Amino acid sequence: MQATIGESKKAFMTGNEIVTWAALAAGAEVMFGYPITPQNEVMHYWTRLAPKYGREFLQTEDEISAGFTVCGAVQAGKKAFTATAGPGNVLMQEPFGMAEAMRLPLVAIIQQRGGPSSGTVVYSQQEVTLTTFGGNGEGNRMVYSTATHQEIFDYVIKGFNVAWKYRFPTFILGDGYQAKMREPLTIYEPQDRGIEMVSPYPLIGKAGSIGVDREAEHLCNIYSLEEELYDVVLQHAEDYERIAPEIIEYEEKECEDADILIISHGVVSRAADDAVKALRAQGIKAGYFRPITLRPFPQQQLRDAIAKSGAKKMLVAESAYGQLYRLIRQEIYGETIPIEGLFMPGVGIIDYDIMNKVKSIL
Amino acid sequence: MTVSPAVPKSWYLPSKPHKFCPGCGHGIVLKALGEVIDELNIQDKTIFGCDIGCSLLSWNFFNCDSTQTHHGRTTPVMVGIKRSRPELVTIGYMGDGGGYSIGSQHLLNAAVRNEKVTLILVNNTNYGMTGGQMAPTTLPGQKTETTPYGRDTDVTGYPTKGPEFLNALTQDDAYIARATVSNYRQLKRFIKNALRNQIEGHGFSFVEVLSTCPTNWRTNAQQTLHFLEDEMEKYFPVGELKNPLGKGDK
Repeated sequence: MQATIGESKKAFMTGNEIVTWAALAAGAEVMFGYPITPQNEVMHYWTRLAPKYGREFLQTEDEISAGFTVCGAVQAGKKAFTATAGPGNVLMQEPFGMAEAMRLPLVAIIQQRGGPSSGTVVYSQQEVTLTTFGGNGEGNRMVYSTATHQEIFDYVIKGFNVAWKYRFPTFILGDGYQAKMREPLTIYEPQDRGIEMVSPYPLIGKAGSIGVDREAEHLCNIYSLEEELYDVVLQHAEDYERIAPEIIEYEEKECEDADILIISHGVVSRAADDAVKALRAQGIKAGYFRPITLRPFPQQQLRDAIAKSGAKKMLVAESAYGQLYRLIRQEIYGETIPIEGLFMPGVGIIDYDIMNKVKSIL
Repeated sequence: MTVSPAVPKSWYLPSKPHKFCPGCGHGIVLKALGEVIDELNIQDKTIFGCDIGCSLLSWNFFNCDSTQTHHGRTTPVMVGIKRSRPELVTIGYMGDGGGYSIGSQHLLNAAVRNEKVTLILVNNTNYGMTGGQMAPTTLPGQKTETTPYGRDTDVTGYPTKGPEFLNALTQDDAYIARATVSNYRQLKRFIKNALRNQIEGHGFSFVEVLSTCPTNWRTNAQQTLHFLEDEMEKYFPVGELKNPLGKGDK
């Protein structure tokens, strides 16, 4: 595949532009998309750049179609992806479910906007529950929550690789702030960093003559008997649990002696990082823990941080009304540390918000 | 001397006998399709995709690579495959509910974009798999589980005429036809034309097939044929609405 970025270089870009460059660098061959703010510029950049590198694009009639055309394209052996937000993410849960059921290496970029319903076109962290556990399945998905523009680039590339290696639908969970703001980062060709890209391969439409070189493939996502489905779902769960330790990523700072642990994800973790530093400067022993993968969740790592710190309290800060909070509670069931919430649905959180909350609860 | 019944080479024999109800028209449509796949010699490069509903029972009907999706979503899945691998021959197989109701936005937009896929839609005037509810194609006055007193057009409108609306949406390079299981040779010819239209790179190809559902119609053999030939074919005219292959190819 043609080089896209060439020499590693500094860039100053919006998050949506970075998604496009990362998808190109990762070897994505086709994007199917439908307009919704704040992800539109992913399509805008892709439609300008893709023809220069022999890549394809289709603007579909809706998000349902965008998701299902991706399902078709990956079955045909192409690295395909889509991007959406908010109500579009709701509609895409149907094709995401098919990808989960049929183990399709679908990649989706989610730029969260305010909710419920049409909400705002601006920003939130209210698509955590939907992206991790949406659909009528068991949440066998891989969800990376990025915090910086460098991470958007890194994790979009990684997203294509884990999707094709493990065959679970993969999500890069950003938000409107990350999508629209500019920030410096370094862009690079994956191979220059020693990243080997996993090659796509067809699930149907394989080479060879049927009955001579190979048997026909019959893919399906519906079963006649309860027991048939049961076996499939248990196998998926077993596979997911087995690979989870290889997928899980998190970030932890100053937890060893912390009296209070501050948990956040995505762009809010940058405010949490600043807050921990400022609180420490004021003599308050705060610690920072950030799940990078929301699915699978670094639950053991968080339990370990609680144990080694001996913290008296935990604060969950998020731009939603408790979606990360509920996820954490189910993941660390049995821990007795009191958990407080700083819930600011649909609005940004800065270090002062977190510092003030910490001081009010300590 | 024994003469074996003619079974298309492209049929997947371990899935036979098939699972459609006695008297159902799906078997006739799929036999015609199988013979056409054989005659065009496209078994190795065919992707057969089926919807939810009775059409689902064809998920392993052919000895061809096959896939299956949600209700109404066969069209975008086939579009994704065809756009990714134009050398493949993609056949989407669906019912009237999947095509004209829950998947209608996909169907009409695929037609507008002239997607080079072949779609075969089986019209039996009801939702068979779910137990015989009203479909977009249910005839005025026809009794179904959700129109137990007959379809009232004041309440639910008139039956969808799919080929007619797709004809209005497409350009000259699309193939649009309505066939019936009561005329096998014509049905097979229309399906063959629809596949040739895709293979030759013209564009969107669509065949609606009028079919039978004695189980949900609660009809015997004679009544079934009567409803198909005298009721359905009267309301839904059979024929080619658009054929870019030229008259000589018919």
